[in-house]
Amino acid sequence: MNSSDTVKINSRLTKRRHFKRNTAPALAMAGPVTFWMLFFVLLPLLYVIFISFMSRDLYGGIAFEFTTENYTNMLKPVYLNVIWQSIKLAFFTTLICLLIGYPFAYYIARKPSKVAAKLLMLIMIPFWTNSLVRLYSLGLLAAPKGFINIVLQKLGLISEPLQMLHTNGIVVVGLLISMLPFAVLPLYASIEKLDKSYLEASSDLGARPAVTFWKVTVPLTLPGIVASIILVFIPSLGMYYVPETLGGGKIMLIGNLIRNQFLVTRNWPFGASLSILLILITLFMLWFYTRVARLDELEVF
Amino acid sequence: MPKHKRERKKRIGQRIATGFALLIYLFIYAPIAVMIVFSFNDQETNYFWNGFTLRWYEKLFYDSSIVEYLWVSLIIAVSATILSVIIGTLGAVGLVRFEFKLKKLVNQSLYIPIVIPEIVLGISLLILFDFIKLPLGFIAIILAHVTFCVPFVIIIMRGRLAGLDLSVEEASMDLGANRMTTFFRITLPMLLPGIISGAFMSFTLSIDDVIISNFVAGPYSTTLPVKILSLVKTGLSPEVNALATIMILVMLFGILANSIVQAVLRKRASTVIKSYF
Repeated sequence: MNSSDTVKINSRLTKRRHFKRNTAPALAMAGPVTFWMLFFVLLPLLYVIFISFMSRDLYGGIAFEFTTENYTNMLKPVYLNVIWQSIKLAFFTTLICLLIGYPFAYYIARKPSKVAAKLLMLIMIPFWTNSLVRLYSLGLLAAPKGFINIVLQKLGLISEPLQMLHTNGIVVVGLLISMLPFAVLPLYASIEKLDKSYLEASSDLGARPAVTFWKVTVPLTLPGIVASIILVFIPSLGMYYVPETLGGGKIMLIGNLIRNQFLVTRNWPFGASLSILLILITLFMLWFYTRVARLDELEVF
Repeated sequence: MPKHKRERKKRIGQRIATGFALLIYLFIYAPIAVMIVFSFNDQETNYFWNGFTLRWYEKLFYDSSIVEYLWVSLIIAVSATILSVIIGTLGAVGLVRFEFKLKKLVNQSLYIPIVIPEIVLGISLLILFDFIKLPLGFIAIILAHVTFCVPFVIIIMRGRLAGLDLSVEEASMDLGANRMTTFFRITLPMLLPGIISGAFMSFTLSIDDVIISNFVAGPYSTTLPVKILSLVKTGLSPEVNALATIMILVMLFGILANSIVQAVLRKRASTVIKSYF
């Protein structure tokens, strides 16, 4: 046996030892999650991008012929209208979430931390009830013969029942009820971190409370504001079950359009291209977020 | 005098703030109150109160098709939770401890199921299952649920790992325990509170999911939320209210149990560490 053989055997031995020490446990621990993320998240998303450039065959399947029609299709007035309406509803939901979520989060953040934890828990509990039954109950409240109309009529404020169901308004209220906790949590996190001495400094230097709020509080809590915009706006575009329970089939979000392409009309390539649109909106908002705050602060949990 | 005035102003401000917060809680809880009240209502179509009854609860226990869907949902949620917790716990430790080529990619892809709209994940899984010819239904729903639960488990576990002193592990190995023993005797007990939180999170996400399940459910095995979605258009029977009321009570009990377990574990963990030194 010459020396080069010994070296070879040695190196093989170290390799095996190295495998036993590091590769095997690494494979056992990080392997499943790596497989899962690649196979169930990344691969399907790439395939969605691919399909969005394919055409639909006669039987509702996918014909593997390249086309950009699925994207130009979106520019048809029917679809453009749905996309625009969806963005509008999501925008109002986000705006109202911020307008009521911010003072609310501020109120909680100024409580002692034990009380604050309980108050936050109280807004998370509804999140654990079946969201569909909750939305349906909201619909019952707002129905022509529902509680709100009856009370208003008894008070003599209205003579005819208000038509609240099947309107944009009730869909926004439904989205609000579903999304409010997601707006409050990041807002609370950033307001709670706010150093009160900045506010004192600002008022000591003579700024009125409103000025302090706009010039100090808002800029310092901007990461929380943008995080809650993202956590509300993006899901709002896709929550197809809210218009389905409250909108009476008249109001559509991008989510409803996508759902119909997959489960009703079977035009998968067009549905895929609409999903890519949602991903692009998401990426744009995340890019915006990274300009305002560091990405790792998105972790609300 | 001005000081007096300022304090009065402050008190009024505080009252307005409290009133505002109460209004928000009223807004969030009103539908739940309606849901609970109508579960005791002696009327099929729910618009107004028609007297107290327990018959919807009785119906739930004796003859109800809706309970079958609850069982399907529960089995799926439990299976998805167990799988997610195993993959997520191993993954969280593995991703912290080891360096490998795909690590950065995996770390970043963990955020995808959290940030993209659920519907996109739903259709991409539908397309995947169609491509690999996996029949829709039971197994497909479990796989889909694991996909969106694992990232949450990992994020919760990471928060937990960051606060841990893992040198105890090295101590264990120095004292002669092998990797396996160390993992099961040292690492796992330290991670237990994180595992419980992760399991709780996965279970609640899975049991309430409608957007993704709707795509991968197929015609035969359907979860409770997907079934309710199909019933909503024609109107829900009060027995669904009764079921949802029972479920929120169970969930509240779960939250309570979870916080008690967490407190006990925290107390025990601190005494265990103390006894080491």
